[in-house]
Parts: sequence; C-alpha cells; structure tokens
Amino acid sequence: MSPSKNTGYLANKIRIAALKMAHKANSSHIGSCLSIADIIAVLYDRILNVDPENPDWPDRDRFLLSKGHAAPAIYAALAEKGFFPTKWLDDYCVNGSPLMEHMNHKVPGIELSTGSLGHALSVGCGMALAAKRNLQNYRVFVLLSDGELDEGSNWEAILFAAHHNLDNLTAIVDYNKLQGFGTVEQVIRLEPLTDKWISFGWSVAEIDGHNHQQIFDKLYKVPLEKNKPTVIIANTIKGKGVSFMENKLEWHYKSPNDEQLQIALKELEQSGNNK
Amino acid sequence: MRKVFIDTLCNLAQKDKRIWLLTADLGFSFLEKFAEKYPDRFVNIGVAEQNMAGVAAGLALSGNIVFMYSIANFPVFRCLEQIRNDICYHNANVKIVSVGAGMAYGSAGYTHHGIEDIGVMRLLPNMTVVSPADPIETKFATIAIAQHPGPCYLRLGKSNEPVLHQGLPHFELSKAIIVTEGSDITLIASGTILKTAIEAAEQLKIQGYQAEIISVPVIKPFDAETILKSAHKTGRVITIEEHGLGGLATVVAETIVGMKCRFSPILIEQCPITVAAGQQKLREMHGLNVDSLLKTTKAML
Repeated sequence: MSPSKNTGYLANKIRIAALKMAHKANSSHIGSCLSIADIIAVLYDRILNVDPENPDWPDRDRFLLSKGHAAPAIYAALAEKGFFPTKWLDDYCVNGSPLMEHMNHKVPGIELSTGSLGHALSVGCGMALAAKRNLQNYRVFVLLSDGELDEGSNWEAILFAAHHNLDNLTAIVDYNKLQGFGTVEQVIRLEPLTDKWISFGWSVAEIDGHNHQQIFDKLYKVPLEKNKPTVIIANTIKGKGVSFMENKLEWHYKSPNDEQLQIALKELEQSGNNK
Repeated sequence: MRKVFIDTLCNLAQKDKRIWLLTADLGFSFLEKFAEKYPDRFVNIGVAEQNMAGVAAGLALSGNIVFMYSIANFPVFRCLEQIRNDICYHNANVKIVSVGAGMAYGSAGYTHHGIEDIGVMRLLPNMTVVSPADPIETKFATIAIAQHPGPCYLRLGKSNEPVLHQGLPHFELSKAIIVTEGSDITLIASGTILKTAIEAAEQLKIQGYQAEIISVPVIKPFDAETILKSAHKTGRVITIEEHGLGGLATVVAETIVGMKCRFSPILIEQCPITVAAGQQKLREMHGLNVDSLLKTTKAML
C-alpha cells in the first residue's frame, strides 16, 4: 500500500491555506502548522475513518490536536475534505467565525477544544477506554507537540494508556525540536525520548514526519503491537516547506507580511504538489 | 454521606448503564461496592487527578455519565484547568464528587480542607454546584445530578452526619429548602453546618424569636426567589457556611444587593489553619458555632 498522490496535494493545500490565514489574521504559530501539514494530510486523506456528511457518527475515528495552536492546519484539512465550505477559512479569527486561533469544538469535525497544552492525551484515553469497554471499534489519534511533553499531565496519561492496554490509541509527537524559548534540548531535555515511551509501555516507531510513505506505513498498521498504545515519533522541521521559515523559532510568533506571503506561496507552487 | 452517595449511585448504575465511577485512588472501603458490581464501569485512575478529569471528559464525550471521586480540594484544584476546559467548556456530563467538605478532615490539616471549592466551582461555565446538608439531601442530590445532563460539583461531608430534615423535603436542582418558617430573622445555611443553624433557632425560639431556616443545597443555579422572599419578610439575613469567601455569603450578597435588609455572613476568614484540631473544634475557632450564630443574631434583632 502507498499513500495516494493526493496526500501531497492536500499537504500543499494545507500549507497554502495556513499561510494565508496567518497572514490575513496576523496570527502566530505558522511554523507549527507547517510542521504538521504532512502528518495531517496523510491522516485525513488515508487513515481517519470520518464522514464529512455525518461528523458526529458514533463509530468515527477520533482525532485530537493537543497542540491546539496549530488549528489552521486542521481547519484547512477539514475544509478540503468537505466538513465545511472552504470559504469559511477567509474569516479565520474574525467576524464571529467559529474558526478561532485555537481548536474549537463547535467547528464540524473537531472533537475537542484545545490550546492549553497537556490536555488532549487524557481525553483521548477516556475516549479509547470507552470504545474498549463498550466494544466499539473506533480508534483515537492524538497529535502532540514536543514542547508540551514538559506537562506532567501527559505523563499521567502515558502511564494510564499503557496500564489499560489501550491499543486503539495512537499518539503522534510532532518532534520539530523547537519550543517557546529555543530548542527542546536547551529548554527541558526530552532525550532519550524513544526510550522514555518504551519504558512507559508503549509501542514506538520513529519516522520522518514529512515523508508521506513513512507516515502512512506506520499509521496504517497501528496498533504496532496488540494490547499496547502506539506512539509515532515524527521527526519534523518547524516551518517545513517555506525555506525562510524552516527551523526558525521566530515563526512560532510572527506572521508573514505581504511580501513574505508571496515568496512563500511561490515556493509552494513550485514544489510540484499542486495538481 | 459518602455511604449514602455510593449506595444511591449503585442503585442508579443498575438502571443506567452509562454511569461510570472514577477515583484517584481514594475512597478505600467505600467504593468497592460499585467496583464489584460494575467492574466495567469503574476505574481507579491512580493518584493522578489531572488525568482523571481528562479521562472523565473523554468518557463523557463518548456518551457516558461519569462520576469522579476524591477528597476535599484534590478533585477541584489539582485539575482545575481540566475541569474548566475539558469538562465545563465542552459541557461534558461529568460529576465531580468531593468528600470532606469544609474542615471535615480536621487534624489532617489545611492540605485536606475544602474551603475555597464552592467559590471556584461556581465561577465555571455550565457547572451546577451542590452542597447537601445531610444524608437525605445527599440522596436527592445524587439522583438529581445523575439526571442532569452537564457538569456538576457535589460537595459531601464525610461519615455519620445526622439526618436534619423531618420528613422528605422537596428537592430540585434549582431550589432552596425552607426547613422552618419564621418571621424575625432568616438563617441561611449550606452544607452540614445547617445543623448549627437549626440548634441556634431552637434557642432563639425559647427566647421568643421565630427564625426562618433555609437550607441551600444548590448554590448554582441559585434560588434567588426563595431567598428574596424570606429577606423581604424578615429584613434580617445571616448566612453560615463552612467555606471561605466566594461561597454562600457571596451568592446571597449578590442576590440581596440593593434591598433594604440587614445582612451578616458567618464564614471562614482567610487564614490557613496551621494547628491540629477536629472539625468541631476548628469550626468553633472560626466562629462557626451556635454561640457565634446567636451573638450575630442578637446584634441584629
């Protein structure tokens, strides 16, 4: 199996839409959106069993974005998939739109409002446990940032998921190695990160978080081990896809001006993923 | 009260398969009854209140009615942001149950006292706040919050609280209960301290004063109508609660503000308790006793 060509197209759409939203609304976190665009594209195009016509379908897979500040990437994916009109993206952050800067559960297709870090993995544990005990087949996917692994609440949930054999729960860590004030290594060391998850009882895979084949191969196979929750540690680049934003902490905060937007869009148009 | 709570919850869970009970590793020798009867709907989360609140939200957002249990301030303050964001903001059907209201854990000390919980819980959106006075109110409250689709906070005493109501009062999730009618002064109590108000009223009666006693098991939504009616009748209101600022006194003050009515709140002053004492002694130290209530009353009459 391979991811269809469409995931490349969708990832590019997400990047373009997120850049336009950040530019128009003068909002932060464009680097975070670009970091997860490939993961989100593969998830929504090939992995998640969701129905735009029936977003509250009880047996749907649940996707929770714990790093709620990267919401524009999700809004773009949901719009592309038909959960709501793409026109809504124009009103991101303004005019009483439901598209707030952070994830909003009032938006069709969004399960959980997030923004404060370290919340969604516990909620995902509850959803996964409900499925196990009620004999439902849906799966739960939670995308976390690396920086938010500083939150102790995540480690409570990591203990819990392994103890309860929640193999219907998959965590994905967007490991771009940058957080608020600098590198993860400088702020609070996470390494050895893979060993930590293994020792907590999870099944771990490390991938290149921008390689659609690798993202698809692992997510398609979850759970990687029966009776264990899975974590995919996705090595990513903050700002991926726009050369002057890549690996630059400042793009956690800044939004592109008119000129920067045009340069960024041009780069993405030339990347060959526009068909 | 915790025994009445767990017995009532077990009965409810038999009829309603959506009812779950979570604990953060507390409630030993009380919660086993539920755990044995409904092992598939019981989870000891471990000593991890933040995770408990998040898991509760996840279970509730999957269609369940989730009770999460711990003592005093643990299921309130340790996981306050999870309650605010994951439970209240999403209007998730989670019932937070705290035992050891006020200073019920006595000499366990300030770390085990719940004396700011009502103030905090009533600030949260969609939250119903319930503080029963005795086993009867506890039973009614447990049934009522299980039926109410949304977040609730249930503040319970500990063990062996006496029954204070004669007969079965009318209980609604938006109503205060008039325990005794009177015309000279209104004594409003919330929680197990109601007993003190009843005892004070008996003494006042001997002295020829008729106190109207109102129990407020539901702090939010607050029954302003009953309180205003009584305040209008007596013109004198005293509140008593085993809680600091932000609880009953604050709600009553917000209700009667602008009215021609005298008002004296009796509550716990803001000074963390740093000495060992039992609940009764601690109440006395904070002026939450019959003598203090009579003194305040007489100053007003």
